[in-house]
Amino acid sequence: MKAFAYTRADDVDGAIAALAASPGGMFLGGGTNLVDLMKLGVASPGLLVDVSRLPLTEIEETPDGGLRIGAGVRNSDLAAHPAVRARYPALSQAVLAGASGQIRNTATTGGNLLQRTRCLYFQDVGKPCNKRVPGSGCPAREGVHRDLAVLGHSAQCVATHPSDMAVALAALDAVVELRGPGGERTVPLCDFHRLPGDEPERDTVVEPAELVLAVRLPAPPAGRSAYRKARDRSSYAFALASVAAALDVRAGRVADVRLAFGGLAHKPWRARVAEGTLRGAPATEESFAEAAEAELAAAEPLRDNAFKVRLARNLAVRVLAGLAAPGEEETGS
Amino acid sequence: MSTDPVRLEGREKVTGSARYAAEHTPPGTAYAWPVPATVALGRVLSVDTGAAMAEPGALAVLTHENAPRLKDVEDRTLLVLQNDRVPHRGWYVALAVAETPEAARAMAAAVRVAYAPEEHDAVLTPEHPRLYFPEEANSGIPACRERGDFDGAYARAPVRIDATYTLPGLHNHPMEPHATTARWEDGRLFAHDSCQGATAVQETLAALFGMDKERITVVAEHVGGGFGCKGTPRPQVVLAAMAARHTGRPVKAVLPRAQLAAVVGHRPPLIQRMRLGAGEDGVITALAHEVTTQTSTVREFVEQAAAPSRAMYVSLDSRTTHRVAALDVPSPSWMRAPGEASGMYALECAMDELACAAGVDPVELRVRNDTATYPDSGKPYSSRHLVECLREGARRFGWDARDPRPRSRTEGRLLIGSGVASSFYPVYLMPSSAQAQVTGAGRYRIRVNATDIGTGARTVLAQIAAEALGVAQDLVAVEIGSSALPAAPLAGGSAGTGSWGWAVHKACRTLVGMIDERGGTLPTDGLTATADTGEDIASDPPHAKASFGAQFAEVAVDTDTGEVRLRRLLGVFAAGRVLNARTGRSQFIGGMTMGVGMALMEGSTMDARFGDFAERDLASYHVPACADVRGIEAHWIDEHDPWLNPMGSKGIGEIGIVGTAAAIANAVHHATGVRVRDLPLLPEKLLAGLERPR
Repeated sequence: MKAFAYTRADDVDGAIAALAASPGGMFLGGGTNLVDLMKLGVASPGLLVDVSRLPLTEIEETPDGGLRIGAGVRNSDLAAHPAVRARYPALSQAVLAGASGQIRNTATTGGNLLQRTRCLYFQDVGKPCNKRVPGSGCPAREGVHRDLAVLGHSAQCVATHPSDMAVALAALDAVVELRGPGGERTVPLCDFHRLPGDEPERDTVVEPAELVLAVRLPAPPAGRSAYRKARDRSSYAFALASVAAALDVRAGRVADVRLAFGGLAHKPWRARVAEGTLRGAPATEESFAEAAEAELAAAEPLRDNAFKVRLARNLAVRVLAGLAAPGEEETGS
Repeated sequence: MSTDPVRLEGREKVTGSARYAAEHTPPGTAYAWPVPATVALGRVLSVDTGAAMAEPGALAVLTHENAPRLKDVEDRTLLVLQNDRVPHRGWYVALAVAETPEAARAMAAAVRVAYAPEEHDAVLTPEHPRLYFPEEANSGIPACRERGDFDGAYARAPVRIDATYTLPGLHNHPMEPHATTARWEDGRLFAHDSCQGATAVQETLAALFGMDKERITVVAEHVGGGFGCKGTPRPQVVLAAMAARHTGRPVKAVLPRAQLAAVVGHRPPLIQRMRLGAGEDGVITALAHEVTTQTSTVREFVEQAAAPSRAMYVSLDSRTTHRVAALDVPSPSWMRAPGEASGMYALECAMDELACAAGVDPVELRVRNDTATYPDSGKPYSSRHLVECLREGARRFGWDARDPRPRSRTEGRLLIGSGVASSFYPVYLMPSSAQAQVTGAGRYRIRVNATDIGTGARTVLAQIAAEALGVAQDLVAVEIGSSALPAAPLAGGSAGTGSWGWAVHKACRTLVGMIDERGGTLPTDGLTATADTGEDIASDPPHAKASFGAQFAEVAVDTDTGEVRLRRLLGVFAAGRVLNARTGRSQFIGGMTMGVGMALMEGSTMDARFGDFAERDLASYHVPACADVRGIEAHWIDEHDPWLNPMGSKGIGEIGIVGTAAAIANAVHHATGVRVRDLPLLPEKLLAGLERPR
């Protein structure tokens, strides 16, 4: 078999050092995605550095009124945390909209950010995929791509990032703390994942042997936040499209808004165009629709996924309308 | 008879001590991992096994050049590694055998196969040049039937429906993948195999390896679901047996989920054109059901989707046809209620369209078109309680309160609707043998090669035996799941309980007679009675026999997303005597749940460029999650039918899935006013139609 070494790290620097010394290695968190990929032959690390026992499992209050979520915090614990539920409902809802109870009990915050696309070609080693084997081609563009990207894709790759959690984090202006052989740095969540461009094999800006330490949330935005996801079944399905939003309405006008789309692109899609359109505009369905359409004007749907544009627009309107009119929000069927 | 005893092996199953085919590990077991073809059509030029054999733990690579030769059999999907042809992508071209499963997998990845690819054609179209009318469809019925003058009757009909319904390929995907542990000892072959019938596997292996079947033992003690894709022997048992012979070791072959879509069958894509002509009262005067489907070049399989249109309703002038194209695709086969599940989707949706066109209530329309005889043969049904199921279902569901106008009920931004469809499944019976034994101490043992694929077969056979013997069930032990037992048919066609049970009943009654002859005294070494029902099952019975039912669905459709969520699903069935209420209910709602998947989410996408199905795991091939199945109810009416078998039972394994998809599709139309004639009912198919001013 494809042999690999396994080591369990006792401390962060030891983990980083272990991987820095072993270029073909990978960090192992909950393993809910990486182990699958290893079984499929998509990933074949020579070394697994198990970081699940590192002291990165706390959710702490920060002096600026935000939260610092350790990279090892399990998805279930994150969704259930009282501070998350009370102050960042979009995040709690997004985490609970993903995967299954069993997977959420195991998957970690850092691992969730770093999970790979579920594009069927990426996962099938019998077929070409530029993300898996750079330069081999992208059959998805003309093939089976109903679930794939409508925004920001490239000739080389039309994959989507599958995370729900990351979409909420993008809307909430989260920042990722990284530490690598060269020291620590922070990256805004919105800049953490990349668009595919000519290097679809690179999902994120994470450098070799860099470890996600935590995700920092600033103080919650004014107003309320929510997450909604459309999918093919009621549970355990990736988003066809999803929306995370926070909205602050004052005197009938949008004082502040954060909006991000999931399921549409290679990264959580922060909708800055829509936000710009909305700030100061009347908090009406017409405004929300106009803003969503302005954002989605950039969409370049593939043969079988044009519906995602309409779906994303409608979701954005419903979520924003729900946030604007407390008590009238629709939670779907 | 106790009416709802728990499963005899329930404790073993929930505690994990019940052992499945892959959980037997004889000393020295080696592990096999198949290598699927990566071209859609062509020839294998060469297989380079050097790198594979260099893997640690490597034992052998079997290819068409060194694998044991097999004798020809009718099911050519089993003739693996016999020549260099690649008839479809995913066809096995080599088999890696190693000391561990991980090593076998690594070996398989290291096998280098060179191909001479050929131009392939994997996409069915309504006018595909390879389409032809076969002689027969699955179950042996004529592919084409013409009665009366359809064209004339249709032209004269004041109300006409002409609609085409399409279904994607569907995969059975039982929880337990196909698996075999095989070993040879002194020229004898032993196999633990995950299958729906060990007798059929034994006989097929005997034919393939040119052996007496007495030298082959196949065991299927516990099976984690089959739904038809284990109804025929599958390649894993042949591969394991070949590898065990080649290496001289016991060999375990467990097919990885990702390979299943190509090698163990599926429900083929179907295009069904329905034409109904009716009077103003909705009574059908003309019916055409024209099926277009595909098979592989390996094996002709034609899903008999038009069959239910020969059975359901009055229709003097009818045309029911099947056309098939042999494409360069994986071979289709049985999937739960082959023919009926797919055909009744089309027929029962067309009935809903007819109800709308004629302005007749959909329940009433079906009642008006009820028939006491099987229209195709004119034989009377031995029992047919379709109308009673419709009436009882309507009462329980609250159908009378329904506003028939589409898009008439809203809740916020949701549209709510309800729909109905009939269910139907024929009664099949197959000859079976069985043995009943009693010990001198008065304990009983039933021996029959039945298979419990999760249905509760073991339990119900104990019930049947206890009743026929007139003793308490706890005095009866049941041995099933081995070809060493008296031969019996597979668990399929909803015929298991009826076929095995009849033989068990007969053996038990014979044994009772033997005991009675001895004045009730048991000899110390006990007594054994053997029965065979080969001569009891009439080849041309005077009656048509079938189960019927009615299903009612309520859905909510989100106007913003097009998401369809099922709120309620209620079925009422007339299936003879239900022998075990607990396992019977489980069978009904299991079938209905699979129908929910067919309606709303299941589908395998043919990837035209590669010639295979794109979905290769249970994350991408969506089946219903618990959250998708709310408010599901199954009921049945007492049905006493003396023409069936000594138990008075009809089969219940399949009827639950028949009609479900139509009931849900009809409910979606009622909710939205949008008629989607293509399953599954995914959001994009509804979204555009929902966008209209409110």
